[in-house]
Formats: sequence, C-alpha cells, structure tokens
Amino acid sequence: MDREDVILEQVLEAVEARTPVAIHGGASKAFYAQPRSGEPLDLSGHAGIVEYDPGELVVTCRAGTPLAELRQALAEHGQHLPFEPPAFGEKATVGGTVACGFSGPRRPWAGSLRDYLLGVRIINGRGKALRFGGQVMKNVAGYDVSRLMAGSLGTLGAILETSFKVLPKPLRERTLRFEMEQREALGQLAKWSGKPLPLSASCWRDGQLFLRLSGAERETARAAESLGGEAVDEADAFWRELREHEDEFFSSGPLWRLSLPPTAEPIDLDTPCRVEWGGAQRWYVTKANPERIRAAAASAGGHATLFRGDIDDIPRFHPQAKGLQQLQERVREAFDPYGLFNRGLLAPKR
Amino acid sequence: MSTVSKSQLLEELAQAVPREILIDSEEALHPFECDGLSVYRQLPLLAALPENTRQVREILRCCRRLGVPVVTRGAGTGLSGGALPFAGGLLLVLTRLNRILELDAAARTVRVEPGVRNLAVSEAAAPHGLYYAPDPSSQIACSIGGNVAENSGGVHCLKYGLTVHNVLEVRLLTIDGEELVLGGPALDAPGYDLLALINGSEGMLGVITEVLLRLLPIPETAQVVLAGFARIEDAAEAVGGIIGAGIVPAGLEMMDRLSVEAVESFIAPGYPRDAEAVLLCELDGGQAEVEEQMQAVNEVLSAHGATSLRVSQSEAERLGLWAGRKNAFPAVGRIMPDYYCMDGTIPRRELPRVLREISVLSKQHGLRIANVFHAGDGNLHPLILYDANAPGELETAERVGAEILSLCVKAGGTVTGEHGVGMEKIDSMCEQFEDGELEQFHALKAAFDPDGLLNPGKAVPTLHRCAELGAMHVHGNRLPFPDLPRF
Repeated sequence: MDREDVILEQVLEAVEARTPVAIHGGASKAFYAQPRSGEPLDLSGHAGIVEYDPGELVVTCRAGTPLAELRQALAEHGQHLPFEPPAFGEKATVGGTVACGFSGPRRPWAGSLRDYLLGVRIINGRGKALRFGGQVMKNVAGYDVSRLMAGSLGTLGAILETSFKVLPKPLRERTLRFEMEQREALGQLAKWSGKPLPLSASCWRDGQLFLRLSGAERETARAAESLGGEAVDEADAFWRELREHEDEFFSSGPLWRLSLPPTAEPIDLDTPCRVEWGGAQRWYVTKANPERIRAAAASAGGHATLFRGDIDDIPRFHPQAKGLQQLQERVREAFDPYGLFNRGLLAPKR
Repeated sequence: MSTVSKSQLLEELAQAVPREILIDSEEALHPFECDGLSVYRQLPLLAALPENTRQVREILRCCRRLGVPVVTRGAGTGLSGGALPFAGGLLLVLTRLNRILELDAAARTVRVEPGVRNLAVSEAAAPHGLYYAPDPSSQIACSIGGNVAENSGGVHCLKYGLTVHNVLEVRLLTIDGEELVLGGPALDAPGYDLLALINGSEGMLGVITEVLLRLLPIPETAQVVLAGFARIEDAAEAVGGIIGAGIVPAGLEMMDRLSVEAVESFIAPGYPRDAEAVLLCELDGGQAEVEEQMQAVNEVLSAHGATSLRVSQSEAERLGLWAGRKNAFPAVGRIMPDYYCMDGTIPRRELPRVLREISVLSKQHGLRIANVFHAGDGNLHPLILYDANAPGELETAERVGAEILSLCVKAGGTVTGEHGVGMEKIDSMCEQFEDGELEQFHALKAAFDPDGLLNPGKAVPTLHRCAELGAMHVHGNRLPFPDLPRF
C-alpha cells in the first residue's frame, strides 16, 4: 500500500516542530539500533513491490515490503538478491535491510547490499521527497546518494522505496566440509580465492571449514572434485542458520563482528569464533575488554562492531578518525540539518 | 571566487612546491586545454604536475587560502569535459603519481597511485593469475584516479560491476589538504559509505591520492558468439531473451548496420555486412559452464531470428571478433570528420522503441547516427556524425544529442551511464532531477567543499540555470544551447 502522503505529512510536522523521529519497520533488527529518542515513524505499512520485470534484472519495492515477500517474488522467477541479506526475524522489511546494510555469506564473492542498490526514494530532513539513482544498472548522473543510504541506519532520511539489481539464482549449489584448524583454513581460503573457482560462501568453526560452490552442474562437480573434502547434504539449512544467527553461538553473550583483511592472522580472544567471508568477517562471543578487541581488529587493518548486546559506555561502532567523523557529521547535516532522524544512532556526538 | 593573477598564484605556489612542477606559459598549457571531449577548450591560469602526495597537499592548501578553483585531471581521456580547465583556476594534473605501491596476491588487492593506467594494473596482476575487472575502452591510456572519479564501466561490467564495485579504499585530500581514508582492506567500514559516494563524484568532493583495488582470478576460459540480425528490434529482443534465460554474459554488445559497415571498411573483422544489427555475447568462467551456457545462448539467438551465428573457436578468433567492437569508434571517425558520442542508459525493454526514435531524430535532422553500445546493461552510445566545419552542424549534433538524452530520461533511464555529466550534460541534468534533488546534491558538495573550489560549474547545475532552461524549453521545445553561457 502506498502511504507516502501520510509519511510525508508526519515528517513535515516533525520538521516544523523540530521533533525527533525514530524510524522503524518490522523492528527485527532493534538489537542493532542503539537507544534513540523521538516519535515513532512506522514505515512498515508503506509496502508492496512496485515494479518487477525479471528480464530487466531489477526490482523496485516500497520500504515496508517484507524481505520474505521480496525473496519469494524473486524466487518465483528463479532470481535472488545475490548479497543474501540476513533478515533476523520474520518481520524484517526491505527498508530496514537497506538501512542496516547487512549482507550474508555470499558477500565477498557476489558483492554487498550497496553494490546491488540502484535507486532510492527518500524523505530528507527538510521534509522533501526525493529520488536518486533509478532502475538502470549504469547511472553516473549526480552523486551516488542511493548507495550512501545503505547502512545509514535511517539517519540521512526516511527510505521510502528502493530498486535493486537482482540476478538469476545459481543452478546448483554444493557444500564441502574439511577438517582443519583456523590458520590452515585461512591459508587455504586465500589460495582458493585466487583461483577461478565457483566459491560462494565459507565458514570455519570448531576445527571444520565449510565451503559452498555455486554455478552450473558440471562446473560445481568438477570444482568439488578438485578441492576434495567431504560433501555435506542438505546444506541450505546450515547456511541459513549461519546467515540468520540461528546457531546458538550467536546469542550466547555479547557478539562482536570483526571485519578484517581476509588474510589477517587468527585473532585469539579466548573464546570460540565463526570465520566467514573467506576470512574477512569473524564473529566472537566474548566478554573480553572491548578496548582490547578494537585494538586487535585495528592492528590487523580492520574494525570491530558490537553487533548484539550492550556494554555500558561502549559505542556499538568502531570509532573513526577525527577528520572523517567530522565529515560524516557534515554529511548528516546536509541531509538532516536539524538532526531529527534516528538521533544518536550512527555517530553519537560525545 | 578568486581574482588572483597568474603571477601572484605562481609566486605563492613556487614557495610551497618546486618551480619545475608548475606550468605557466601558454604554449606549455595548450595540451591541457581540453580532455577527451575536445569541443570544449579552456586554458587554466596555471597547471601543476605534482610528483607526490605532499606536493598535492601543499598545492591544495595554497589554492584554498587564495580562493583559487582547482580542477583535477588524470590522463585526460574523459568524454564529458569533466577535466575541462577553469579559466581563473589551477589545473592539478596527477599523471606523475603513477606508482603501483603494493600488490598483495594472497589478499587479491593492489594499492596504486591515481595516475596508474587502468591496463597497467591488470598487467601487473597477470603473473599472479589475477586481473582488474573494469575495462573502459580507453584502458590503455585512462588512469585509475579518473576511473574512480567517473565510476567508469566497460564492456564487462554487466557481470563484474563498475569501478565502485571493485574499489576497496580511497585516500582523498580535501580542499583543506586534509587526508581522509575511505573504506579499507576490511569490508564495510563503519559510518556512511563515503567510499561509494566518491566513485563517480567527478572531482567535486576531493582529490584522490591513493586507491586500493580488488583483483579477481582470471577466468579459466572465455568464448564469444557473433550473431547477425535482419531487424534491429530482433537483436534488441534477443538481449532480453538471454538475460531472461538466467544467463549473465561477461559482455553483451550491439552494433547497428552503419557501425558494422564502418568497422568492416576499417579492419574487416568479418562481421556480416548484410545484417541490420549484430550482437556480441561473451561468456566466461569454467570450461564446463561456458560450454553449457554457450549452447543456451545460441538457442536464444536462433529463436529470436538470428540470421548468422559464429562462435569463437580459439583465443585468436575471440580477440578478432572483439577487435570490431573495440575499433568501432575510430572506424566511425573515418567516415565523417567528427562524431558526438552520447551515453544514456535505458531499461533494456525500451531498447527497440528508443532505437526507433533515435533513427527518426537522425532523419529529421539530417545527421547520420551510428549505434554501438553495451546492450546488456542498456547503456547506449549513439554516435552522431557531423562535420564541425559545416556551419551549424555542431549545434545540430548537440541538439540531437540532448534530445536523445531526453528520450532516455523519459524511458526511465539516465543521461549518463558511464561517461559522467562534466560540462557536457549539465543542462540535461535539469531534466532528470527535480529542484529538491539538485539542492541535496549541492548540500552534499558543501559538506566536502564549502567554498565550491573543486571543479566549479561541473556535474550538478545550479537551480538558476535549470530555471532559465526550463522557461526556454517551454517556448521553443528545443534546447537553445548556443544562446546560453557555459558555466
């Protein structure tokens, strides 16, 4: 249902009165949104697929469209969102997914959410409904505001509508399992990633490396044969549990996401971990000193996000260099001069 | 903006950087008066060719202090006048920052300075079985800094993405000379995705001094099929058919009869001269996958009425078939003294209709138009043929160009797919964006460059300019380019 008029009116009132607003969709990722003040602005009713032509490989839908509904619509035509976004709950909406900018297991090989984002319609902090990008794959007219919305956590504006590039689903997927320690797994992943193999996901945990191959029947069969390992049956559930954090590991304490160069040495935080994305994304459930965690990530060339759970006085996101932080604040002001949207969510002023 | 004189700027800069890197004589400045779009020419006050980042910083600080505009230029191959100098400003030429700093084969990344040529990256990566995917047609000459500034594409971006998809980190100097690191070797940096924003920002937000690029494994094999069609509509529909069949080709290019005739007379790649249109469809990947998909592609092409099919049987034959496409622009350049290359993108399903309307425009205005383009992603490159020495022909060509872009916007597309807005398409931007959107662009620019010193007058038109154009547009229903000042 198209509720743009209602939403616009609500935002205009907020702008007029300088009232902060807290945007939400299905609230499936509320764990990720730090406490924020403001009148709730519910986008979940602004839903529905606006345009989907499988031959164009482009889908446009309203922000409140359930992610599950979008997935289903694409699947009916043998297509998918290649960045494999996690939903983290049945109520997840497309708008919330874009605002969080999450990508799943396929990310290092297929690209991230922002890579597939072609266009957006937003309401900015002046109460103006604006359209950026579009429904074509190549578009360099004006600054790429669309991709800027990915991961902006709604702090630049209320995302009303998004267009994604979509792709055909792989014809065949196979999963292999190898017994190996983390260091060896990282070395192997680096070696395999440099070869033209149809890799599409990896996960190391508890002395085992899982590897997913995607592509044509014969191609994946041949790659599986050359790689060795043991074939894992019905592996879809395994990758879904990993993507959706259904695996108990993810809810067993404060969850840290370390984004690192894939070749970074194993980081020991005295707890088990899950290593994804060919080594580029590593999950830790640990009560280790946050300063120590961030220092370890930074010295390896990456950053650490407190993904789930809250720790007093510890910001969720890795602190940025001062100049960059200041620029981010100016960018925010360029969209939302009164700082009304999701105040304090992304870059808390201290 | 400044009223600094040439001698004053020279004096100030010479205190900050070596005198030898500064160019002030008119004679020596001439090679820099235009980029790849040579109909626009302008001499800058001065040009500077820094040899390291420290010098770039000093130059920026000096210009910022004096309020002197700065236009950054790489290899100067851009096609939209994005590197056109500013009359009272400095031209910052980064071609001497051309070192490949570090290639990490295990991490599949390479760190380069902005003046490194696109092709040089793939050449350096080749011994490791790796390559850099974006391959704009000017890849022998164009440089990475310019590729990032324009978010360059190429024939393989349907499958491998644009520059924005293949850049991990950009080091940027602001107009204040402050260094910002956007992105990094770790994915998905915290905060706003300013890395994405910098790609395609046309030198308006900062000066790129270093780029970390993602490298990919060289595919095991690649094969191309050349298909001829009796009707251009059939070829256009075959494009949708291939994509609809679940195949993502590495490249999917189309050429019309006029372009085919031009390349056949030029290098004779063996394209069917009797065809109204030809498609080149390249598949790459593992041997088995390419074989499977090639069979499927051939079935789709035949089903859409292909009159001839030729599948490359060797690497030499594959390159031979591509040579026609890659030489299309110079080949067209041989049949007429000048051509004007457009760059709109439309949804693929609109291809048949928009191509028909382009041919109507061609007949109406009496200028031949050759169509050579990236059909897979709907990125049109109509080449409008004209003779700059014939009175009024350039103006007519520009008018036809603007009307083609207008067609693209109305078809749900964009005025530029990969060449950028620059100076050239500044007026067409008024058609694609509303005032509020343009205002948002200006606000974003001001967050980086509050005084508007970087590349002034490019990429995003002022609201005032659009308002004037709009008023005239209603009266004449034509864009009266020659009557308007260029700013």
